[in-house]
Amino acid sequence: MKKSAKGSFVAAPHLVWCVLFIIAPLLFVIYYSFTDSEGAFTLDNILALPEYGDIFLTSIEMSIIATFLCFLVGYPLAYFISRSSERQKKVYMILLMLPMWTNLLIRTYSMMAILDDGGFLNSILTALDLAPVHIVGTKGAVIFGMVYDFFPYMVLPIYTAITKIDHRLIEAAADLGCNSAQTMLRVILPLSRSGIVSGITMVFVPSISTFYISQKLGGGTFELIGDTIERQFQSYSTYNIGAAISLVMMILILISLAVMNRFSDEDAGSAGAARIAGTGK
Amino acid sequence: MEKIIELHNIIKEFDGERILDNIDLDIYDKEFITILGPSGCGKTTTLRIIGGFETPDSGECRFDGKVINDVPAYRRHVNTVFQKYALFPHLNVFENIAFALRLQKVPEDEIIRRVREMLDMVALRGFEHKNVNYLSGGQQQRVAIARALISQPRVLLLDEPLGALDLKLRKDMQNELKNIQQRTGITFIYVTHDQEEALTMSDPVVVMADGKIQQVGTPIDIYNEPVNAFVADFIGESNILDGVMLEDGRVRFSGREFVCVDGGFEKNEPVDVVVRPEDVDFVAPEKGMLTGVVSSVTFKGVHYEFIVDIGGFKWMIQSTDFVDQNEKIGLSIDPDAIHIMHKSEYSGKYGDYSSFSDELDELSNADTVEEEL
Repeated sequence: MKKSAKGSFVAAPHLVWCVLFIIAPLLFVIYYSFTDSEGAFTLDNILALPEYGDIFLTSIEMSIIATFLCFLVGYPLAYFISRSSERQKKVYMILLMLPMWTNLLIRTYSMMAILDDGGFLNSILTALDLAPVHIVGTKGAVIFGMVYDFFPYMVLPIYTAITKIDHRLIEAAADLGCNSAQTMLRVILPLSRSGIVSGITMVFVPSISTFYISQKLGGGTFELIGDTIERQFQSYSTYNIGAAISLVMMILILISLAVMNRFSDEDAGSAGAARIAGTGK
Repeated sequence: MEKIIELHNIIKEFDGERILDNIDLDIYDKEFITILGPSGCGKTTTLRIIGGFETPDSGECRFDGKVINDVPAYRRHVNTVFQKYALFPHLNVFENIAFALRLQKVPEDEIIRRVREMLDMVALRGFEHKNVNYLSGGQQQRVAIARALISQPRVLLLDEPLGALDLKLRKDMQNELKNIQQRTGITFIYVTHDQEEALTMSDPVVVMADGKIQQVGTPIDIYNEPVNAFVADFIGESNILDGVMLEDGRVRFSGREFVCVDGGFEKNEPVDVVVRPEDVDFVAPEKGMLTGVVSSVTFKGVHYEFIVDIGGFKWMIQSTDFVDQNEKIGLSIDPDAIHIMHKSEYSGKYGDYSSFSDELDELSNADTVEEEL
């Protein structure tokens, strides 16, 4: 009795925090989604959503491409780091995390300065008598920005998952006839699934909701759903439609998280069982 | 019989420490060979060199006469049952066992047939779709054996495979392993620190210590004719005494002369004398070749175990006759119970029971179960 009272006392600040900053805002989003600017109930906001269908699709497409590119580059890097010596690992980890110590917004700005038509890259190209490239303002630039900003979030969980794989399993695979490619495909990749799932989630979610990357590197030539939401909230009269888009976004993300978690749950389940079997001998 | 694996002058160092020091070993086809030694003696490293997980710093590892030093593990006709099994946690029992066949692109119906055969062999029929993480230690062990045997390797390496099992299960698995080996005719190379396991299962036993092979021989040879104090002490219990070989058949130790059957030593050569605890008979003090005082008695079930003080040296003696503590007794030793060995670097380190206690013995055994290189 005393213990549980103590427990709830300790948890109280967290509870207050949750209610104030997570639950209340969520309720506000739902409230605004179903009301008009006068505060009366309406479904107009929801019904107006198909208008934004194209923007939704572009956002989903671009964040899927960015996530995929992050995975494509991030997985081999995570594997490479996990196989290096302890000292090298520390150096790579610092190199990987160093950019995260700078604010995302500032990094995106500096990327713009580098990639802009009159930017650093193009002045080098011109100095070398090469044709300048137009990057900022293209979809490619935005995808590049997403990859650049969120890349560490892909590498870190995958790296953690790979380092946790028992080295004897890799030896067992070699023993049973796997060359290194087969070992990768049949043992390491499936056993690092939980890391892959978290990596994908942690890149996909911020990519799909980003607005400053598309504003800065997209050069204002097209809009992602994050930009749309931001724009709605800049004037009081469109709060409600912004809230409705946010709500749908959240639901979409929740659905994709649930799908992802199904994969990682299965994995975590068997890994947990392995731990139990290991200690229960 | 044909040699299947030959190790020549194998040397292996880790961080400047010599783990294997000039290992020379021939392994013959279809035999069950055990590499026995305490923790850190280099036995697992020897196995890993044969398996292809380590490369020797110098020396040759031959398979069927061909040097395989640089052949990677996945191309060797050698499979391994790992310590703690190393089953793939993301695959069920069937897929774990079928793993090697899937790599070889064996047709599905043949895979099913051969996995079934393996499951029958290790008595796990009906476990096909079980999650390997939920199996007991003994069942995981069987899956590991089936997985390693399904591709019909020439040689199976077993790295302390029974270490994690309880005593009863271990005994059953010992018989089963021996059985499987005889049925399949595959060469088994078995690594253990458990001398009883080694004596029970092996054709030849290889005793290792400090990165060197101490002795190779049948279990009976190793037990009856240990080459030095280390082997005598590691295999079974031994009283090891300082002695002098007067001439063939005559040895002096514990302050008197004994008749023995060993010979081939130099005149008056200092030697180590081994007397096994079960080879000593109690007689009346006046009739004894040696006399002593019983300092402790332990009941062991089949026999009693005595620690007897003879002129300051503590002997271990096992007998079914009961003698009480502090009683004065005589000892009689047959000539063929006295085994003579040349002096070695291990002389004087083993075979004295003055600090002996069961508890200590168990502690040191538990220690060797720990993982090693």
